Amino acid sequence: MAKRSAPEVNAGSMADIAFLLLIFFLVTTTIETDSGLNRKLPPIEEIEDPPIIKQKNIFTVVVNKNNQLLAEEELTDISDLRALAVDFLDNGGGEGEEACDYCQGDRDPSSSDNPDKAIISLKNDRETSYKVYIAVQNELVAAYNELRDREFSRLFPNEGMTFVEASKKYSDPRTSIDEKDRLRPKLSEVKLLFPQKLSEAEPSKTN
Amino acid sequence: MSKFKKKKGGDLPAISTASLPDIVFMLLFFFMVATVMRDSTLMVKNQLPAADQIQKLDKKDRVMYIYAGEPSSRYTEKYGSQPRIQLNDKFATVSEVGAFVLSERASKRQELQNVLTTALKVDGDTKMGLISDIKQELRKVNALKINYTTRVGDYSQNID
Repeated sequence: MAKRSAPEVNAGSMADIAFLLLIFFLVTTTIETDSGLNRKLPPIEEIEDPPIIKQKNIFTVVVNKNNQLLAEEELTDISDLRALAVDFLDNGGGEGEEACDYCQGDRDPSSSDNPDKAIISLKNDRETSYKVYIAVQNELVAAYNELRDREFSRLFPNEGMTFVEASKKYSDPRTSIDEKDRLRPKLSEVKLLFPQKLSEAEPSKTN
Repeated sequence: MSKFKKKKGGDLPAISTASLPDIVFMLLFFFMVATVMRDSTLMVKNQLPAADQIQKLDKKDRVMYIYAGEPSSRYTEKYGSQPRIQLNDKFATVSEVGAFVLSERASKRQELQNVLTTALKVDGDTKMGLISDIKQELRKVNALKINYTTRVGDYSQNID
């Protein structure tokens, strides 16, 4: 009996099937925009006796119901907020034990003692718009990042990157574990120099 | 006997489409890999505010999402135009946020339960009152890591 060869399978419709699948995935794809400002909320327990903080170590930022910004009780434009916050954090007006040897500010005795003591207090109204609140938060985080960048490149000049780039690299899952172990102490050292002390008061009621 | 004999037929040879399936498959695999399926349909307006000091969000299995904003046009008749919270696929009140977080947390693996982040996807035009209420609820259930999800852009886009 003659050996019969298997008939050729017609692959002409393969392209059609692939196109169909392709279009399905094209339509269902959403490019996720999953990035944002990370924040940590304070735990709800009341602290028994709150530590006494000198008024000069607090930088008050208030956003009122008309979305106006008040920094240290003065009407300010959001574009100036970053510079004001940097000046406040970097002031280093303390003396003796509270002196700050890496600060490059004016050393104004009426402003903050050192970055570890300096607290930014953010208060908003219930009627404040979320957009403006995010803009303010963004600028305050930017002020911290600016100072951390400066310290990072001062302490580790041969890294060749800024603090923000280094922390992005650190949180990237593709970075090797060795590299992460190398970056971790450096990052936490800089974080310690400029700790993010951003306190949020509970919003005021309008009426 | 001309040297320059006309080549037979002036028409172009047919282009082979044999590699078409390969190309299409390549695209297909790209989109299959890049696709993230939305697990809840948005029922609220969700024009996120812009920020540029942003950090990438954690892996997807460590995040729970809370949406808030004005109900989108097809729900305004039923739910009004006041900003509302959306949890999974339905509208919710502020008091339901706590229970939602606890049930989400219980559904995650043991080792992830302490590292969960709550992503707040809130429409830019919402008032802070609602967000403060959500934050208060989150504090009550000890879900302290939050992320204000934003789109990438300059802060000045937020001020109009």
